Amino acid sequence: MGLEQFKNRNVGTQNYKMLDLGESPKTGMAQFSQVVSRALKGELFVGLWVTIREMGGTLFGNKLHTIKYPFEKLPISPRYRAIHDMLRLLESGHYRCIGCGLCEKICISNCITMDTRYDENQRKEVSEYTINFGRCIFCGYCAEVCPELAIVHGQRYETASEQRASFSLFEDMLTPIDKLNLQQEYDGFGAVSPNADDNIKQTPLAY
Amino acid sequence: MEIVTYTTVETFVQHIPEVTAAGVIIKAIIILAVISAIAGFGTFIERKVLAFMQRRLGPMHVGPYGLLQLVADGIKLFTKEDIVPQNANPFIFKIAPVITAATAFIALAAVPVFPDFTIPDWIPLLGGVFVPSIAADVNIGILFVLGMMAAGLYGPLLAGMSQANKWGIIGSARTAVQFLSYEVVTGLSILAPIMLVGSLSFVDFNEYQSGGVGSWLIWQQPVAFVLFLIAGFAETNRTPFDLLEHEAEVVSGYATEYSGMRWGMFFIGEYANMITVSIIAAVVFLGGYSVEGIGWLTIILKVAFFFFLMLWVRASWPHIRPDQLMWLCWKVLMPLAVVNIVITGIVMMV
Repeated sequence: MGLEQFKNRNVGTQNYKMLDLGESPKTGMAQFSQVVSRALKGELFVGLWVTIREMGGTLFGNKLHTIKYPFEKLPISPRYRAIHDMLRLLESGHYRCIGCGLCEKICISNCITMDTRYDENQRKEVSEYTINFGRCIFCGYCAEVCPELAIVHGQRYETASEQRASFSLFEDMLTPIDKLNLQQEYDGFGAVSPNADDNIKQTPLAY
Repeated sequence: MEIVTYTTVETFVQHIPEVTAAGVIIKAIIILAVISAIAGFGTFIERKVLAFMQRRLGPMHVGPYGLLQLVADGIKLFTKEDIVPQNANPFIFKIAPVITAATAFIALAAVPVFPDFTIPDWIPLLGGVFVPSIAADVNIGILFVLGMMAAGLYGPLLAGMSQANKWGIIGSARTAVQFLSYEVVTGLSILAPIMLVGSLSFVDFNEYQSGGVGSWLIWQQPVAFVLFLIAGFAETNRTPFDLLEHEAEVVSGYATEYSGMRWGMFFIGEYANMITVSIIAAVVFLGGYSVEGIGWLTIILKVAFFFFLMLWVRASWPHIRPDQLMWLCWKVLMPLAVVNIVITGIVMMV
């Protein structure tokens, strides 16, 4: 199943077919002939054929529409804003977050809390990072503002929990190191646009 | 072991052992148990077939491929709270589902279900008892079955009227109108084959068509066959004519206030009626069964086809309005049936 049908927003330009129903018969004889022609036309058997064809397609033609939901899931749009993911650098495996604090600053529901410190190499490291999903409204600003594409919205849309304030820690959202090869780049908020190379201009040095 | 071949009907009839009361009782128990089970299984088949025709899977989670779904449904129906509405007439309310289920099973008494057999001698107590294929082999079998199915209309009628509910009243009014009207079409459509065969017994019908596919009555009476099928759908309250309990119009019609096993008995009665109509159509028009060999498999296949046809039609066609139902019955089907009888009579006389 592709994503093309999600992207088609042109609601008004489809080809509608108007039914040609004709006029209702006026005289008794016309009514009678309409009944006879409809009864002998075999349209009812067209209906029977359609259902038996669909049954054959379901059983043998792999045209089933049922998704056994908890076991199977439909792909969702990459722009869907679900539970956040923290991505890693593909080369080193180190987390991408540089502890700049922009996501904490921009968060309009104040649900991101972070704390940073300098490690032994005088490099900034994230010591605390939580998102309160009881407060988060999944607006996507954090992902949009992140300069490193470190915090993104993932695909986990089942957000039910037993508590209103359900916190998520940095390690819960971080890509597991053994699944680094499965890490997907993010296409949604804040991602580099597909024509980013075209938009690069020389820095005007005249200033 | 000597293999007996029967040349004529008379010698075959003479070879049938005596039918005892014990045999009839065993047969009745077999019919009750097997048809109830088939009716339950029919609900599963119906859900599966409808699902496949709508590109769904149907019940999948209870047992392999959802096969145990009917067990789960049975447990649910048996353990559900049994509610009798406050303003209902409790006696009639309680007895109405029994009428539906009972008449459906009484109709099956005169219908051939499963072959004759004799219980082997080594089984204690019952050894040597002959179990007939028809529990009550009355020589007016068709009349009896049609009459019993007609009596079945008291179930929905009394149920709807006793439950102090407007939807129930509408449902029972539709019951009276629909069942009484289509009773006429059933009787008239089956009259032409009866004229040809000259008997009301299912056994005579079976023997009349024992000469292979070419001797089936459907080739001589195609109009009667179509009319009987249409009327059979109406009599069993199946989808193009399911006005009695159509959810979109009258909630659940006569069954609105019913819950638990009382509702389940309406359901079993409806499915038993579907099987009865399928058997009648198979025996009267499609050659029925043959006594030798695996001839009994053929009638099971025919009955299964008619059962499947009912589910197939339910998936395909929309249901009709009550006025269209009456129009179809009195202005189309009834005149056609009468014309069919007249032509049959003229052809027989010439």
